[in-house]
Amino acid sequence: MPTMDDSLSVPVTILRVRKETSLIRTFVLDRSFPFSPGQFVMVWVPGIDEIPMALSSENTITVQKAGDATTAMFALGAGDKLGIRGPFGNGFTKGEKVLAIAGGVGAAPLLPLARADCVMTLLLGAKTESELLFVDQLDECTDVFIATDDGSLGFGGFVTALMDDLNLGVYDRIAVCGPEMMMRAVLAKVEEKGIAHKTEFSLHRYMKCGSGICGSCCIDPSGLRVCRDGPVFSGDLLLKSEFGHYMRDASGRKKNL
Amino acid sequence: MVSIRPGPVTVGGVALDNHLLLAAGILGTTGSSLNRMLSLGAGGVVTKSIGPYPKDGHAGPCLAVLDDGILNAMGLPNPSKEFVDEVAPLIKKPVMVSIFGGNPAEFARVAGWFEGKVAGFELNLSCPHAEGYGAAIGTDPGLVEACTRAVSATGVPTWVKLTPNVTDITSIGKAAERGGASAIVAINTVRAMRISTGLRRPVLGNRYGGLSGSAVFPVAVRCVYELYESCKIPIIGCGGVSSADNVIEMMMAGASAVEIGSAVLNNVKIFETIKSDLYKKDGLSPKEIIGCAHHG
Ligand SMILES: Cc1cc2nc3c(=O)[nH]c(=O)nc-3n(C[C@H](O)[C@H](O)[C@H](O)COP(=O)(O)OP(=O)(O)OC[C@H]3O[C@@H](n4cnc5c(N)ncnc54)[C@H](O)[C@@H]3O)c2cc1C
Ligand SMILES: Cc1cc2nc3c(=O)[nH]c(=O)nc-3n(C[C@H](O)[C@H](O)[C@H](O)COP(=O)(O)O)c2cc1C
Ligand code: FES
Repeated sequence: MPTMDDSLSVPVTILRVRKETSLIRTFVLDRSFPFSPGQFVMVWVPGIDEIPMALSSENTITVQKAGDATTAMFALGAGDKLGIRGPFGNGFTKGEKVLAIAGGVGAAPLLPLARADCVMTLLLGAKTESELLFVDQLDECTDVFIATDDGSLGFGGFVTALMDDLNLGVYDRIAVCGPEMMMRAVLAKVEEKGIAHKTEFSLHRYMKCGSGICGSCCIDPSGLRVCRDGPVFSGDLLLKSEFGHYMRDASGRKKNL
Repeated sequence: MVSIRPGPVTVGGVALDNHLLLAAGILGTTGSSLNRMLSLGAGGVVTKSIGPYPKDGHAGPCLAVLDDGILNAMGLPNPSKEFVDEVAPLIKKPVMVSIFGGNPAEFARVAGWFEGKVAGFELNLSCPHAEGYGAAIGTDPGLVEACTRAVSATGVPTWVKLTPNVTDITSIGKAAERGGASAIVAINTVRAMRISTGLRRPVLGNRYGGLSGSAVFPVAVRCVYELYESCKIPIIGCGGVSSADNVIEMMMAGASAVEIGSAVLNNVKIFETIKSDLYKKDGLSPKEIIGCAHHG
């Protein structure tokens, strides 16, 4: 049989922790993991849990405090250890003129895409100015337009509204990552314009194995695995799917969004 | 290489599209994922093990991929009764619902939810890593017989899946047979552990887990061989099968069909791959192969 790769978790040491916003921190690791933007790793927080995180660069993950494991990570600092499996998944398809759309911590996998020099324009959204992620880093490598829900910086409203001011025909690909309701709004817009097929979305589903075998991350109705066949999926594949409607929790029960 | 003739297959009261089933707990959490595996060539599918109450499973890491196998401790995560809706669209397809419980009454209750909606039941008496469940029952012949009887009484085909983590697997196989099992599935994972030398702790959140994949194939072949000598009901071989030749070897040991789990990791189309090597129009009749290693 084809031999399986021995891919036990790689122990890494945290070199530094950078505060990005009140809820988001970047962990700089002492090892690099060659990857394509959009790929993720399974991060083992010893004694707590193992959770999926996008790589925000070869040696960083950028983490929003959400629950047990991420809160435990926020208590870690230089010298503390984590385990890393991966990178896993497919990543975004390469393009020459990419429009990237990021909401909240969704900017994490899109920063390396912007740094790869193919993103012409990036729409960046968050609830409020202080929650905007990677504004300076993104400004250095692409043309950034900002929207905040409360209007504290840039356009006041959802990031999707910024799409109306762009000539979407200019871009050969659109890459999206953010909260699912925001991505669903983007999908509705690109469907209306007939460009769902060139738009890609990075999905978040409950992951246990990260390796494509346990089934906890599968989406309806295709049965595709977000951890292995994704996490990046083309918009036309998501049109008639659970995306934007429901997901499953750790037990496999459906939860409406 | 030995090949067999394609044709209709019925094992333990269940009609299958071919001799290869998807093993329990592998891409079996949703109806659409099971349906995908059927369309990718599985002759039948076994669902994730379903229990009397919803469970989130163990804290991660839940799985470690090794050179020649997989170590896992999922902790039986399952949606319980809501799973009835997942398999409802698959009615009439070769779907076996895997069931676990803490006592015969719980097994019977879960089975009751699915009666008339699936092709059969597979009892998970053997999961080696969930407190109070699984191996605690699967190592006790009296309990195995009682749990089997509680489900086989429905008249629905009832397969019983055995743990290899016992001194004498044939005593458990015989208990299942007495309880009215229509087939035996062997084996579930082998209790195991790995330690991260860098982090100085076991690699699984649950510390202990179960080993599957190529590493356990010889253990599975031995178990099937022993069961064939002591039980009359059909045996479904499971554990480390990843090629057509492995399927033939399992059959020679005494298996009437096989289940495949870990090999899906490297190839989600493993069923098509094996089928194209296994079946030839001028191949042998499976009857000539099954158990042939016991003669002479
Ligand atoms: C491919 C992918 C990439 C991701 N990248 C990032 C990233 O770059 N930065 C970031 O901050 N977050 C990212 N996430 C989300 C992150 O995994 C969750 O926020 C994290 O798992 C929460 O864990 P917790 O223990 O702190 O929260 P919990 O208290 O366990 O749960 C809070 C919520 O987090 C989600 N969650 C919990 N465990 C998991 C799990 N094992 N798999 C998936 N979701 C889970 C659930 O929706 C849950 O309701 C990503 C998720 C996926 C699937
Ligand atoms: C990730 C994973 C989850 C599993 N879950 C279950 C389960 O829920 N019920 C069960 O009876 N067996 C479960 N098993 C065991 C398999 O069904 C099978 O018996 C074992 O993996 C050996 O077969 P294989 O080597 O082909 O994987 C699981 C195995 C793995 C790897
Ligand atoms: S997380 Fe296990 S299959 Fe995706």
